[in-house]
Amino acid sequence: MSTTVTRRPSAPPVREEQPRVEEHRPQHTFGRILAVVAVWVVGWAVLRGHQTLSLPGAQLSDFQKWLNGVKNSFDAARETNPAFKIVGGISDGLNWVFLHLQYLFSTPAPGRPVPEVGWVGVLAILVFVAFALAGVRCAVLVLLGTLAFGFLGYWQESIDTLLITLLAVLICVVIGVPIGIWMARSKGARAAITPVLDGMQTMPSFAYLEPLALIFGIGTASAIVLTVIYAVPPLIRITEHGIRGVSEGAVEASRSLGCTSPQLLRKVQLPMARRTIVVGVNQCMMAALAMAIIAAFVSGPGLGVPVMQSLAALDIGGAAVSGGLIVVVAIMLDRTTTAASERAELLARAGRRHVQTRRIVLAVLAVVTVVAIYVSRLRLSAAQFPSSPALQRPVSTFISSVTDTVVNSIEKATTAFANVVSYGLINPLQSVLAASPWWLSALAILALAYVLGGWRPAVTALVCEAVLLGVGLWNDSMITLTSVLVATILVVIVSVVLGVWMGRRRRVDTILRPFLDALQTIPPFVYLVPALALFPPSRFTAIVAALAYGVPIATKLVADGIRGVSPTSVEAAEASGATAWQMIAKVQLPMARAAVVLATNQGLLYVLSMVVIGGLVGGGSLGYFVVAGFSQDQLFGKGLAAGIAITALGIMLDRIARHAAARHGRV
Amino acid sequence: MTQTRTYDDQNDGQKDGQKDGQRGGRNDGAPDGAGESALSVRDLWKIFGARADKVIGTPDADLPRKQLQAKTGCVAAVKDVSFDVRPGEVFVVMGLSGSGKSTLVRLLTRLIEPTAGTVTIGGEDVTKADAGRLRDLRRHHVAMVFQHFGLLPHRTVMDNVGFGLEVRGVAKGERRARAQEMVDLVGLAGNEGSFPDQLSGGMQQRVGLARALAVDPTLMMFDEPFSALDPLIRRDMQNEVIRLHHEVGKTMVFITHDLQEALKLGDRILIMRDGEIVQIGEPAEIVASPADDYVRDFVSDVPRSHVLTLRYVCRRPDGGDPGEGPALQADEVVRDAARQVLAAHGPVRVYDGEDFLGIVDDEDILRVVVAEEEAVGS
Amino acid sequence: MAQRNIRGAGGIRALWLVALTAIAGLVLAGCGGSNIKSTNTASGKSCGQFNIAVNPWVGYEADAYVVGTVAQQKLGCQVSYKNLKEEVSWQGFGSGDVDVVLENWGHPDLVKKYIKGNHTAEDAGPTGNIGVIGWYVPPWLAKAHPDILNWKNLNKYASKFKTSESGGKGQFLDGDPSFVTNDEALVKNLNLNFKVVYAGSETALIQAYRKAEKNHTWVIGYFYAPQWFLSEVPMKKVSLPKYTPGCDSNPAKIACDYPKYNLNKVVATRFAKSKSPAYTLVKNFHWTNDDQNLVAKYIAADHMNPADAAKKWIDANPDKVKAWLQGT
Repeated sequence: MSTTVTRRPSAPPVREEQPRVEEHRPQHTFGRILAVVAVWVVGWAVLRGHQTLSLPGAQLSDFQKWLNGVKNSFDAARETNPAFKIVGGISDGLNWVFLHLQYLFSTPAPGRPVPEVGWVGVLAILVFVAFALAGVRCAVLVLLGTLAFGFLGYWQESIDTLLITLLAVLICVVIGVPIGIWMARSKGARAAITPVLDGMQTMPSFAYLEPLALIFGIGTASAIVLTVIYAVPPLIRITEHGIRGVSEGAVEASRSLGCTSPQLLRKVQLPMARRTIVVGVNQCMMAALAMAIIAAFVSGPGLGVPVMQSLAALDIGGAAVSGGLIVVVAIMLDRTTTAASERAELLARAGRRHVQTRRIVLAVLAVVTVVAIYVSRLRLSAAQFPSSPALQRPVSTFISSVTDTVVNSIEKATTAFANVVSYGLINPLQSVLAASPWWLSALAILALAYVLGGWRPAVTALVCEAVLLGVGLWNDSMITLTSVLVATILVVIVSVVLGVWMGRRRRVDTILRPFLDALQTIPPFVYLVPALALFPPSRFTAIVAALAYGVPIATKLVADGIRGVSPTSVEAAEASGATAWQMIAKVQLPMARAAVVLATNQGLLYVLSMVVIGGLVGGGSLGYFVVAGFSQDQLFGKGLAAGIAITALGIMLDRIARHAAARHGRV
Repeated sequence: MTQTRTYDDQNDGQKDGQKDGQRGGRNDGAPDGAGESALSVRDLWKIFGARADKVIGTPDADLPRKQLQAKTGCVAAVKDVSFDVRPGEVFVVMGLSGSGKSTLVRLLTRLIEPTAGTVTIGGEDVTKADAGRLRDLRRHHVAMVFQHFGLLPHRTVMDNVGFGLEVRGVAKGERRARAQEMVDLVGLAGNEGSFPDQLSGGMQQRVGLARALAVDPTLMMFDEPFSALDPLIRRDMQNEVIRLHHEVGKTMVFITHDLQEALKLGDRILIMRDGEIVQIGEPAEIVASPADDYVRDFVSDVPRSHVLTLRYVCRRPDGGDPGEGPALQADEVVRDAARQVLAAHGPVRVYDGEDFLGIVDDEDILRVVVAEEEAVGS
Repeated sequence: MAQRNIRGAGGIRALWLVALTAIAGLVLAGCGGSNIKSTNTASGKSCGQFNIAVNPWVGYEADAYVVGTVAQQKLGCQVSYKNLKEEVSWQGFGSGDVDVVLENWGHPDLVKKYIKGNHTAEDAGPTGNIGVIGWYVPPWLAKAHPDILNWKNLNKYASKFKTSESGGKGQFLDGDPSFVTNDEALVKNLNLNFKVVYAGSETALIQAYRKAEKNHTWVIGYFYAPQWFLSEVPMKKVSLPKYTPGCDSNPAKIACDYPKYNLNKVVATRFAKSKSPAYTLVKNFHWTNDDQNLVAKYIAADHMNPADAAKKWIDANPDKVKAWLQGT
């Protein structure tokens, strides 16, 4: 199946404003960077190992202990505090709604051996909705995908994932669209909410999973809240972007006709931003699905459960099948919303006769659907998905054996490669960053931030460094920073090579793109087992996981950038006899510079979002502490502190990169 | 009504005004007293930037634009502008890009808030109106046509034209009837169900025109409405405006950067530069006696015979006796009068109504025409 | 795109034809099967909802699904499995989300907080499984260098265990963040030239051991029994200074082996008081390491789904199950 899901689960913040460009003297920058690095290395050589602020794994700083205390008093207040009663009401409501949705579509309803609506009915409903919203091709896609749920043995889990995703997205829309509108209309709201959104997107979910379960209880409600926290920011940002992107002329003309503010919103801004908002809903859905597995950690229903169970048994095939179904759900939702947004306009413009025909078609199909639902309530064969053909075992066995074969044949080479990179690149870099006295590294980073981006990012870096020191995780932050930097550099190298190749050759693009899409959509948990088969548990493996996640988006951006280079320039270079290499180095790459800069920035954010996953495969440091804090009561404070540190690192790197790009990238 | 003001005059006046604090009392080439004018603008300022309101009344306000920006970070888009528009008049504001003309027109209905000054439309002080009054004004009295049309892409032509009535709360049936009338008036019949992006630029602007007309405003404003159109279509649309002006007789304020357009449409023309008024006058007056080199340069390419009226060509008879022969009215354009003057056997007498102004002879006419040839030739 | 093709009356008629065929097909297909009868939930006893926490390791899954399946089949309980880590499971006792944790590995901190502290949980007796935590090496290594099984010889081999992660010392692999480990303290207090490296998950740990055995590479790390992986690769335990009661009372000074854990069941106090037959079942539940390993093998090695694996074992062991049901 060729997948072209453009999905941004870690949905990097939509940045609408480019930072103000400060005076820029690129010719000096390189020399200055060298000077800073030289001073740093000399300082490191002399002072290495002193004042590194390293904190052993089981020890806690005062701040971390304080966080533990806060959580404990929170825990104790659960019985008495009235606020918990209100929140308890909310989570009871969410649980009730979802439970009844389950009785309707996925789990045996009280008094019945099967749900109210059997599989035939569910299938009919899904296909009908897809057809009504998005047309025949989408309906066929949904039909095949839904059948795959059953034949691959995860009917109930898949429907649960679909239901919980849709419910969470509905809540996101109810919350997110008004906030987006508010931000578009009020500068103050925008200034206040933007950093909150940044935090919601960069803070690893594991860091707040436990208190969340404490507040909303274990199960569906927590899973929904978790999903909403992660999925609502892209919707808010894109809604805001859409409303503010409405043509200035149309708004002015409407105002000149005496539109009131609500009229302007209802009759002009919302209709004109509708397509953008649908894109936001689409991104929101993809982000919600990215939480499908994490939600399983608080006993959220759906496909996350079998993925985690397969992982515990190191069953590569099983994880791939259940994880693959998450991709199927993603494709179904993505295609339907995308096609729906494209068709909405066409339908609105269709002639009256066309509309009538469509109505009749829909009415007929609705009758079929109703009959299907009715039959599925009466007959067991239409209610329970047939148990054969059961494709799950053959498919997962096949995937496992293929993976085994591949792993066995390249394992030695990959292990050796891991060692080369670890000894040659990661260790020396980490030593300079983490084994220097903390003040030396801190000053050096500040200096680099200033040289690269001017005083604004330097101020941000200063604040972020203060946070790292304050949460008591300086040394571990430096270790994580090393991995993040190495991973980002590798992402850029790989994506430039692949991207140039794809940009220059249509066929390469056609072949590679589906793979990139799939890699971007498949939950990272699924490829942890094969990654661990190829590499030892180490920082390098964590970097590989980050690469698998960051390379697809960066590569696509580079490829699009290369393809966007004006054909005239390429022609002119060809006419003057440039070789292929000269063409790439002197024409295409320099002209696609903006795309490369953007790819770097996105790659960086994607890499950062994998720090926690990296902790599961030997990445250690911050990522490990976040997971440990979720798992162990006495490490909660450390885990939350690590989450805060990751957020601080993310904001620091992002700001430096953006300012540097604005200064030197001319984007 | 033939008085002209120069750039320097205005500056002087402004300084005087600041001294005695009575800047509204001067004659700005328009009748005093807002009562008889459809639109009256007094001492209007717009300065963009933080603390913009602190600039007015200080010596900084007199600084040229660049210096002001360098000193305070503020940009003066409109500087102390005053004028009046008579009912039924087509009043053209002309200037190059950046001259502040588009800002000026937006100040008039406070699409942009003025920094200082007053705007009076139909006797009501717009600058003092609250939000509700202002909305009322926009809904009923003033309508605007925009350079980039400002149509709503998700609505049909019909619904775009009826939009102003819709926001006003007019019932659907009445709205559609009125919109249909307007669609017919601007020659879009048959395209009612189309969407804006299915129309050509010229047709889109007809929609914009119909939308403005639909609310039956007393005052219409045009912000460079035709500059995004092809030359041929632009000429059609200009004629359309002239036709509509004859048919519906609205007062119009028309913004343009195109002198030809200004001369063709305007009863009077206001020339702006750097946010300030350079000259206000009738087309012939502007061409005949430019206020300064800036305006002179502007009008140098204009075919004078098409614009100049006999008023600006005639001279006092040498002997004091007008003698016999044909008589013509002063507002006759030279090109139209040429045949009669050349056919006459002597000077032709020029009258402004009953008053004798002077005479023109072959030589006067030829001077205009030949000067024009030379200008074109060089 | 269909509506573009389906134009006019002919198209509509064709559409009706298709629709009617589909409906007829549905009805016919439905006739083939049996009717749905409503189920009888009241099976004599009032069990009601039974929430079992499922901690993320296969041995636990075996416990949970065996107990759950028995509760469902014999007692008519509405069983719901909650996939949770330990800390969150215990948190659930108080909120009513969790009734039972079926395999508890000590966790003195949680005992202190929830059993002794706020009394939301209580002990429900041993499962019969003995938990052994310790330091393990792959079998090939134990065979090639038998003396490595004594901790005193570890420093001799330290350099062999060096990796890119261990900063010049020998690498000691630690596993899932959930595990309570003393390894950093042990390494320090036993003066071992090792560095504790966190593999980050049980998955990572098992893959590392699997590879080490296959490729004969050097690895030493934390592991535990009962564990299904031991039936695939029988890891060998390294003896540490003997555990004596109290030798682990000061976490920073620990220099002795892990205790043997009598794995126990923990239930919500509210659940214990409820007189639910499921509580009696939990209380009676008792089996051996071999029993658990067998079910775990069904799940992990034979890739059965947990419910089927549990059923298979239950069908083969009616006597044990019968004993658990006494008094329900």
